Amino acid sequence: MKVSLFVTCLVDQLWTSIGVSSVEVLRRVGCEVEFDQRQTCCAQPAFNTGYRKEAREVAQRFIKLYEESDADAIVSPSGSCTAMVRHYPELFADDPEWLPRAEAIAAKTHELSSFLIRVLKVEDVGASWTGKLTWHDACHGLRDLNLKHEPRTLIRNVRGAEFVELEHADACCGFGGTFSVKYPEISVAILDQKIDAIERAGVQAVVSGDASCLMQIGGRLSRNGSKVRVMHLAELLNHR
Amino acid sequence: MNHLSSETFGENAKAALADTHLRGALKNATSLFGERRNEAAASLPNWEALRTQARAIKDEALSDLDRYLEEFARNAENRGAKIHRALDAAAANAIICKLATEHRARIIVKSKSMTTEEIHLNTALEAAGMQVVETDLGEYIIQLADEPPSHIIAPAIHKTRGQIAELFTAELGMAPTDDIMQLTGTARTTLRDRFATADLGISGVNFAIAETGTIVIVENEGNIRLTTSLPRVHIAVMGIEKVIPRFADLDVFLKLLPRSGTGQRLTTYQSFITGTKQRATDEGPEELHIVLLDNGRSRMLAHPITRQSLACIRCGACLNACPVYQQIGGHAYGSVYPGPIGAVITPQLIGIEKTSQLPYASSLCGACRDVCPVKIDIPQLLLHLRAEIAPRKGSAAERLAFKLWAKVMTRPALYKMSSVAGRVMQRFFPISRAWTNGRDLRPIESKSFHELWPF
Repeated sequence: MKVSLFVTCLVDQLWTSIGVSSVEVLRRVGCEVEFDQRQTCCAQPAFNTGYRKEAREVAQRFIKLYEESDADAIVSPSGSCTAMVRHYPELFADDPEWLPRAEAIAAKTHELSSFLIRVLKVEDVGASWTGKLTWHDACHGLRDLNLKHEPRTLIRNVRGAEFVELEHADACCGFGGTFSVKYPEISVAILDQKIDAIERAGVQAVVSGDASCLMQIGGRLSRNGSKVRVMHLAELLNHR
Repeated sequence: MNHLSSETFGENAKAALADTHLRGALKNATSLFGERRNEAAASLPNWEALRTQARAIKDEALSDLDRYLEEFARNAENRGAKIHRALDAAAANAIICKLATEHRARIIVKSKSMTTEEIHLNTALEAAGMQVVETDLGEYIIQLADEPPSHIIAPAIHKTRGQIAELFTAELGMAPTDDIMQLTGTARTTLRDRFATADLGISGVNFAIAETGTIVIVENEGNIRLTTSLPRVHIAVMGIEKVIPRFADLDVFLKLLPRSGTGQRLTTYQSFITGTKQRATDEGPEELHIVLLDNGRSRMLAHPITRQSLACIRCGACLNACPVYQQIGGHAYGSVYPGPIGAVITPQLIGIEKTSQLPYASSLCGACRDVCPVKIDIPQLLLHLRAEIAPRKGSAAERLAFKLWAKVMTRPALYKMSSVAGRVMQRFFPISRAWTNGRDLRPIESKSFHELWPF
């Protein structure tokens, strides 16, 4: 199966190992991976802040770019960016030209764990990692894409990894995009509930499906001098 | 005291976060309500079907609201009620003050009603020289403290037992104690006396049934039963969205509302009021006035996306589930309706001028949508409002930033250049302190993924 990677701007700029791991995992399960050098952002920052015009411009570019691809699917290591692409039809609800194009691209776009489990029907990617770890449900993956069992199934099949459920795993980490800098004190107060739960879990690593949540959680863990590390699901699945 | 403004939401929130009493009270109450709600929802195997059905009933009523309101008004009037229509808060207050004056009301007992909070009815009645007594325990507490409610169904949720004890000692002259039985006992004794002497009772409405002209009010304390039955005159104030078509529809809502609000299978009291007493020997008020309030609701009704805001049954579940509300409580919003649903309906009720921060007071996590018994897509509404607010009320710097952002994100060459520029800038300029005050910042990679590919 041919896959076009949408790496996301955050991973591109701040956490490239998530992108590299995604490619290697996809190749390991038999996919041919392409990467369009012209890609940028999914438009979420503008959409979520209320700048629809700017969001539409960036979304149209995303749609055009991937319409040119002959890949069977667009895969992204982010539940949040994937959810944004799934929201494209809302952006073009009153636009008869762009609505069907937005719908077609939205239907082709998948978050990594969802693509592995639901599309490829792969539950074990042959990864191994030694230690105790837990999972944080990133909100958009969980509530917009309904990803709950998919990442857990993949994690349970990582050899050597002892998985424990996080208390309130489905509670928000407080990131929320521009919310995290518009209201940083509230954002960190919410985050501290998550950090307490992680520390109580007694794990070596907390895994999630979105670089944004991991930056939020990791930024606080590191500020606190915690020994717990953050890891993206793609990085875990690529660990051998 | 404590009447905060939505315009200073950010500052209000910071002050709330520094209040350890408040955060302790909030943590206890929201997690208890949340857990009970989750258990109550899980105990009904058809919970999802009930939510879908409830929303369908609300949609049906809202799609033909004029007709259902007329039907409700006709049936209520046939049973002796008098219907009043108020376009806005001022009109509603004028109607109610006029009625109170005509009946020479001196003492008015009130049961808990967010709609009367919305129109600031107490202020209007007090200005007209009447004494208004809130009879719901939580409302009574905050009335004594001169504070607005901080939660839709638990108005004094922000107060600890100790704070309430101090308040009762100061205001009611009771001996200092934090014994809950003694505290509620004192409130009860004081309020009983007011019920006995009140000239007028004012209540809200949970559901108004078109088919029968019945108003339905649910509660746990019995004070609503007393407010609506002891005084000679009863005035019920309701938003026009409270109407539901049929009596049988109540089955769904009476399952969803208490479970979503407090996790109860049923509230202690359900009052069904259909008109006035029909025979001299019947008990109950001689007059029933029902005030139908618009106050911006027709505007919400007009748009296909905002219309769903009117499906809200005011259970408060979205407040308890909201990570922002859990941390800062209700007062910080500076609006009558706090929390996620408040952030959605307040700008629609009173305009975005003074409320433009509220739709941004959310991480868009979606927990509110999950718990909403009538499936209101609150994140969608927040985004809809943000799209109205940003181009008009966003700062010049923010608007420019997003214009530039769109330019960069639609031009790969510019994008690559700014990625290099970002690396340089990060070295020489301090990155947003808003982030780094509480969290370490991940450094920009020395090579972007674009530069690593192909591999």
